[in-house]
Amino acid sequence: MLRFKTLTGAKKIYAIVFAVVFVLSLIRLITGASDLTSIGTAEAALLLSVPIVLAGLGGLFSERSGVVNIGLEGMMIMGAWGGGFFGSKFGPWAGFLGAIFCGMVGALLHALATITFGVDHVVSGVAINIIAAGLARYLSTILAHGGSWPGPSQSPDVDPLPLNGLPILSGGHVFGWHSPDLLTKLADKNWFLISDFASILRGITGDLGVNIYAMKYAGVIISGAFAGLGGGFLAIVAANHYQENQVGGRGYIGLAAMLFGNYRPGGLLAGAGLFGFSDALQLRDAAAIHALLILVIVFLLFGAFRNFQKTRIVQAVIGLSVAGFIGWFYTAYSELPGQLVTMTPYIATVLVLSLSSQRLRGPAADGIPYRRGGAT
Amino acid sequence: MKKLTTSRFALALAAPLFAAFFSLSISSLAVLATHKSPSAAFSLMWEYGTRAGSLMAAANLATSYYIAAIAIALTFRAGLFNIGVEGQLRLGALFAGFLGSKFSLPPVFHVIAVMLIAMLVGGSWAAIAAYMKVKRGVSEVISTIMLNAMAGGLSAYLLSKHFAMKQATGYNLETKPLPKSAQFPNLMPVLRKLGIQNQPGAGVYGMAVVAIAMGFAFWFLVNRTRFGFELRASGVNPMAARVSGVNAKRMTIIALVGSGAIAGLAGLPTLMGETYSYNLGFRGGIGFSAIAIALLGRNSALGMGISACLFGFLEVASQTLDLINIAPETYVIMQGSILLSAVVAYEVVRRYQLTLHSEALAKVGE
Repeated sequence: MLRFKTLTGAKKIYAIVFAVVFVLSLIRLITGASDLTSIGTAEAALLLSVPIVLAGLGGLFSERSGVVNIGLEGMMIMGAWGGGFFGSKFGPWAGFLGAIFCGMVGALLHALATITFGVDHVVSGVAINIIAAGLARYLSTILAHGGSWPGPSQSPDVDPLPLNGLPILSGGHVFGWHSPDLLTKLADKNWFLISDFASILRGITGDLGVNIYAMKYAGVIISGAFAGLGGGFLAIVAANHYQENQVGGRGYIGLAAMLFGNYRPGGLLAGAGLFGFSDALQLRDAAAIHALLILVIVFLLFGAFRNFQKTRIVQAVIGLSVAGFIGWFYTAYSELPGQLVTMTPYIATVLVLSLSSQRLRGPAADGIPYRRGGAT
Repeated sequence: MKKLTTSRFALALAAPLFAAFFSLSISSLAVLATHKSPSAAFSLMWEYGTRAGSLMAAANLATSYYIAAIAIALTFRAGLFNIGVEGQLRLGALFAGFLGSKFSLPPVFHVIAVMLIAMLVGGSWAAIAAYMKVKRGVSEVISTIMLNAMAGGLSAYLLSKHFAMKQATGYNLETKPLPKSAQFPNLMPVLRKLGIQNQPGAGVYGMAVVAIAMGFAFWFLVNRTRFGFELRASGVNPMAARVSGVNAKRMTIIALVGSGAIAGLAGLPTLMGETYSYNLGFRGGIGFSAIAIALLGRNSALGMGISACLFGFLEVASQTLDLINIAPETYVIMQGSILLSAVVAYEVVRRYQLTLHSEALAKVGE
């Protein structure tokens, strides 16, 4: 018999993808929730996972150079604001440039605080998130006072991107495909190797001719560019204007996707896809989320079965009773209430993280302030 | 020797002074950008902010901020980071408001019971993150952020579908008001005896006293007990803590669940002192501002107290800027720039002290 554990590399991934599609189709057949696997859902999922991918890539660049970047959220907010501001003034492409620029400004601040001044990375990141949200609100209020913006929480409309004629890269999905390619190219140029190197041999590599400060600065600023682009995508492609709270934690979710992907671009893509899928489902069709409860029940029953095998009776009983509760919920309500449906992507992220993150291996010097010569 | 202590004192003052100066310049620039006079803006803020009524409003705000900041500092001290305070305090206040009006007890006991409910709910919500951290290795930073988002959805659902009064009018859904026995007495009667007049607004919440007591308890627990020592040890040097017999997992659970329980209380000052019911207008963002306050106050009871008062003052005082057509959101710029410049200044001063210290050592060696 073919055993899952003996599969390796690409085959394992194919097996997982096949299993996921198979189970989803099965649930669709049983429950008739046709939106579960529809083309529309796939499109929306792709669209919604783009900003997550971009944020995650941003996180990847920063963390691979050894700087933890909780400030992604703030950089995305600045990017979204810049996208709305420049986009509504000079058109969508300028909007993207403005978004990238604003994200980089935020990143420069983070780099300055963490690399030059050695401030704790999490502290600086949190400060940047707070500042970015405040700055965006302040600037928007001023613009609204001046009459050039419709309100203190919203920018004027941005024209849509003129992208519909391109073959293969059609519509707004272009960045979803483009950025991973960009990353492969960079990976070919050994970017990750060098920055990992900088990260691991932080005390010694100074002597090997690698300018660690420069690598770290580059890593963080590229990170901000990606995050800013992700924010700009939200303002220009996903919507047609900047709006307060538009980012809504996607910077953090990008970080979660990166962790899920074990600091690798491929895994990150999978994590972002998962989030995009659950987000698309909850936006499009609450009935589909209801159907997904069956999937959760199956998982729980499987887990309880494994626990029985390992004679962990207490855990098994807990799993069984939770499964029973969800089963009761499934039959008692034909539809989930709207407020609970909005929680789906976050629950999915947490569940997936808790299923996956035991084997995480981050860059060796992630989060440790670096000083030339090893002083602290 | 005396010279050394004076220079130490000057160094300790250097960082906050630099931060204040830097923040003033940044916010002056922000005001200048709108073609207004910064000095006029600041003097107006000072004039309005130091009125008795404004100071009371600032103190009330600072009460919630301070409790939430203590919750965050408890995890910071253990080398953890509970970003989930926002969700924990929201759920704590929701359940406290709903369950608190369901039963009746003698006055003092009722207040204590409501507070226990809030602590229990906040602690349980944080326990999810603690469990995932200990059992599955999920970073508490990510999981508490996700739990915040879930708390938002869950509280909206529970309020609208189950907890709100049936005869709620208009759009403002709210829980049944807390009975008199569960309301926290206001400090106004005491203040009147001290010669302070009544002001428009809610007076001063009695929970302010609780917050100050919690500050003392936090200081004592962290700095003067064996538990506090182990907590700090696992924050500063996890390896050394483990070697010397500190159970890291147990520390993680205690710090996170304890933090959640404290956070649960942070929503109560308004609930038990002013609104008496949880409603849609429940103030958001306390848990996030509290992160900044804990960082600015360097996780010390006194420092966080000063920071909380500063943040409360800035927020209340800046509301008057609307009168001269400056966005009141200027306070966010001030708070943000104070925070960032303060953390940078602390670090620079720390490095400078290290250099001084090693130079002094070198001299002794000679």
